[in-house]
Amino acid sequence: MGARRWVPYLLLGPGVAWLLIFFAIPMGYMAILSLSEGTLGRGFDLTWNFAIYPEVIGQYGELFLRSIFYALMTTLITLLIGYPMAYTIAFRGGRFKNVLLLIVVLPFFVSFVIRTLNWRMVLSDNGLVFGTLKDLGVLDPAFHFLATPASVIFGLTYNFLPFMILPLYVALEKIDRRLIEAAGDLYAARGSAFWRVTFMLSLPGVVAGSLLTFIPAVGDFINAEIIGAGNPDSIMIGNVIQFKFLNSNDYPAAAALAFVLVIGTMLLVAIYTRAVGAERLTE
Amino acid sequence: MRGGRFSQVALPVFTALVVIFLFLPIAVMIGFSFNDPAGRQNITWQGFTIQNYITVWSRPDITGPLILSLAIATISTIIATTIGTMMGLALVRYHFRGKSFSNVLIFIPMTAPEIILGASLLGMWVSFGVERGFGTILISHIMFNISFVVVTIRARLVGFNRSLEEAGMDLYADGWTTFRKVTFPLIFPGILAAALLAFALSIDDYVITLFSAGHTLTFPLWVVGVSRLGIPPEVNVLGTLILLLAFVGIGIQTWQGRRSGREEGGPVTLVGR
Repeated sequence: MGARRWVPYLLLGPGVAWLLIFFAIPMGYMAILSLSEGTLGRGFDLTWNFAIYPEVIGQYGELFLRSIFYALMTTLITLLIGYPMAYTIAFRGGRFKNVLLLIVVLPFFVSFVIRTLNWRMVLSDNGLVFGTLKDLGVLDPAFHFLATPASVIFGLTYNFLPFMILPLYVALEKIDRRLIEAAGDLYAARGSAFWRVTFMLSLPGVVAGSLLTFIPAVGDFINAEIIGAGNPDSIMIGNVIQFKFLNSNDYPAAAALAFVLVIGTMLLVAIYTRAVGAERLTE
Repeated sequence: MRGGRFSQVALPVFTALVVIFLFLPIAVMIGFSFNDPAGRQNITWQGFTIQNYITVWSRPDITGPLILSLAIATISTIIATTIGTMMGLALVRYHFRGKSFSNVLIFIPMTAPEIILGASLLGMWVSFGVERGFGTILISHIMFNISFVVVTIRARLVGFNRSLEEAGMDLYADGWTTFRKVTFPLIFPGILAAALLAFALSIDDYVITLFSAGHTLTFPLWVVGVSRLGIPPEVNVLGTLILLLAFVGIGIQTWQGRRSGREEGGPVTLVGR
């Protein structure tokens, strides 16, 4: 067996090396960059400038809170839309089950940016939705939706809805139907059987779906850029990070903001999983 | 199970509304790919034409980014699928020191916001004076694809019947022959699913690419750049064609899955989450 001991390391080697060099090391490097001072032309020197952290949090704290709020709203709305949808597919889908699942993942087969751009067109002041409503006299002609906070949350909701529905569906599909029947046999009202059996058993899906929605949503900048039209009143922290990295070349501040985003997201996720007792649920 | 009035009426109606919601921008994309706009705005319906499907191929400003994206997606898929399959085999088949470290290293990139992956790579490119372009985009795509490939492959390997391999060994096949003749054909549907997922993620990536691209334009970067004012019909033409390509991909995967006699989860397995 002597030589075979090396087999797993040979198999893992290239992948682990790739992830270390192009993921782990850049992450560590970003921490160093955030504590450095300098300019793009002159280069950046590590000066252990920890003052950058209170500085960027002071300056962009409101944007962090706004991004968290948008992502929380997105998670909540996708859950409210996604749960009945996943429930229908899992319990009432019948022969349409696979068709419905295909429709749920359909947005994935259209480029992220193309579907977001098309929403911008549909939701524009005289577009398919609001133009029609204005022509019918239902809406005030001055009404507009793009570039508002609600429009950014709308875009996030559309783009991350499948990430909520799929884990919910997987969790609901796994539930043993006899448990729900048993609740009925024991004279549980339909609502209480749903709440105390079905919903409780689907909690792992709720947790997974919330995380898969919240994490990408909180760092997103495309929806705020395209549907939000880059309006300063509705941009997210991702827009600032992107701008600082690619336009103003303010690398230390951008790196510090990115780090706060990562740490903050991890903390929120840890609090959330602890609060719902996800450790127990995943066992 | 007899549902009440709520689930008899409200659920189907609600489901139909969600289906419309999911469908709407896609229907608009397909519809406006056939529009015949006067200017480049393409905001209102002017008339039906298939002209866009012909002119799109004679525009080097469009075909250039598209070919580049296809090249990056193809190469990154081949490399990430090879590396990822090897990792999946190692993680399912062997017990060794450092396994949990490897698992964490594979898991974290999938949970970090994309902007973080892109931005941290940019910091490294700039600091080490690496010229950004085709090579750096390719490296970043392989990086984010590896984890998804490993997860997909691992899910397939867990339910694998090892007695078939033992049968191969009993019939005097050596280790490599057993892998080639028994293991590989059996896990091939998993590898194919992983490759399709990697290809789809790569060709569609905007965020990570943006940070590693420099002045190079991939297809998604070109789309956003050219659509500042309105969406040129050509963008919707290509979006529609990519959708068609995806359906062909699902078709192949379903067919492969049926051929190998395994129960396939349909489109969900392609998404892999």
